Amino acid sequence: MELISPVDYVKESVLAVQDWAELSGQSIRNVFKKPRYVSDMVYQADIIGVGSLPIVVLTGFFTGAVLALQTSDTLARFGSSSLTGQVVSLSMVRELGPVLTGLMVAGRNASGMASELGSMKVTEQIDAMRALGTDPGKKLVTPRVAATVFMMFFLSIISDLLGLIGGFFVSYFMIGLDASQYWTMTYQSLRNEDVTMGLIKPVLFGFIIASVGCYYGLSAKGGTQGVGRATTQAVVAASVLILVVDFFITRLLMGLGL
Amino acid sequence: MNSLLTRPQPSASDLARHIAISFEDVSISFEGNLVLDGISFVLERGETKVLFGVAGAGKSTILKLALGLVKPDRGSIHVLGHDVTQMREEELFELRRQIGMVFQESALFDSLKVRENVAYRLIEEKDIPPEDVESRVREALRFVELERTLDLMPSELSGGMRRRVAIARAIVTQPEILLYDSPTGGLDPITSTRIIELIVKQRDVYKTSALMVTHRLQDGFIMASHHFDQKSGHMVENAPGEKTDANTSFLILRDGKVIFDGAAPELAHNTDEYIKEYIS
Repeated sequence: MELISPVDYVKESVLAVQDWAELSGQSIRNVFKKPRYVSDMVYQADIIGVGSLPIVVLTGFFTGAVLALQTSDTLARFGSSSLTGQVVSLSMVRELGPVLTGLMVAGRNASGMASELGSMKVTEQIDAMRALGTDPGKKLVTPRVAATVFMMFFLSIISDLLGLIGGFFVSYFMIGLDASQYWTMTYQSLRNEDVTMGLIKPVLFGFIIASVGCYYGLSAKGGTQGVGRATTQAVVAASVLILVVDFFITRLLMGLGL
Repeated sequence: MNSLLTRPQPSASDLARHIAISFEDVSISFEGNLVLDGISFVLERGETKVLFGVAGAGKSTILKLALGLVKPDRGSIHVLGHDVTQMREEELFELRRQIGMVFQESALFDSLKVRENVAYRLIEEKDIPPEDVESRVREALRFVELERTLDLMPSELSGGMRRRVAIARAIVTQPEILLYDSPTGGLDPITSTRIIELIVKQRDVYKTSALMVTHRLQDGFIMASHHFDQKSGHMVENAPGEKTDANTSFLILRDGKVIFDGAAPELAHNTDEYIKEYIS
């Protein structure tokens, strides 16, 4: 294995961040520029949104269910089992819905984008596209970023809802809580601020997933091995970034009073 | 040819009128390796220049530089009168629409059918009616004798067929310049000759300026010694004593420098040891 000097490593890392930031900036600017590839956007929205629905539904449902199971046990020690719905709804809407949906979509779509664009890169299809007078940023990156941001917003809402339903199943059938008590608690405990936070996060996570996936795909080199490496790196980087950004955005939004 | 390089700097309008591509003192290195070291050459309008050199000599890099896909470290490159080294990517997209490129491994879009691959640039232009797109795609595919593959995917084609579809995709808009990157690489002799015939046909029928990278010397010599006969529809050898096609010249690269730039007779009588060994 070839050793790399620390200076080169830092330079490469800074360059990678710069390239990613440039690609991300372009993807946003391109939304306001022609040509717009609307059909590509719709196609990507179908792949990312509808395609991710089964895993988001399952993840949301079972996360809500296990959350109810765990918290009800702890709450029962303080005689507060009735608060289970409140814990499930706050946890799901503010935190777990967006984060878990983000991680699932990252695993499924950041890898898909990196491998698809990476294959195109190593087989010179990206160069061919540029040679044919098409901007790959407009044709490939912007539709993926826009579609992921748009669909993550709705996928998170679905995940939140399924989480609450999962929590209800456990609370009602296993713990024996009253149905109306559970739903009243979940509904009443949610403030506008919680919902706002829960809807801002998926938009950011969607942007991270698509921009990171596209960046790693477009910077793939070295044949099929390079595509494999880009795919792995895209999922790892997107997942870690989601968790890091989640912390900072939560802190920021809490600081703003959300 | 070389006299053009020593003349005073031509004006932009002269460049646009007579010269398709000009490289002036162009250097580029990748990861510390100097690939091209101050190369200069001129491709006149209507001329086909065949680029020779060992693997890694920077032949394909020259084509990518001409398209503005990569930027040189030094020097200037004029294409159809535009300095591509000074142009932004958005401006380059306009210029690239006047240039066709056939990539080494065809680089067809593997998720699109042959029809969509060939029509790609026409569809992107958006203002061309669908029936016109269809007829131009068919015409381009007829030119490469692959009209029957319209609805096939690139993965269903052989290597030679993919290369011919790539030629059809490059010529569908009748560009002013064509760039061929090893169009016969890895193909059998019969298919290779067929592809060279298509390139000669494009050269002689449409008078397109072209740069062609190749490893096979015989490709270049066939191009210099044959012309396309429109009556018979085939490539035929020039008659003995007939002057070889003045529109085909050769450029040989070695260690990042141009060591030969001229026509076939000059190449055949060159006394440089390396060139003699290369063409022997």
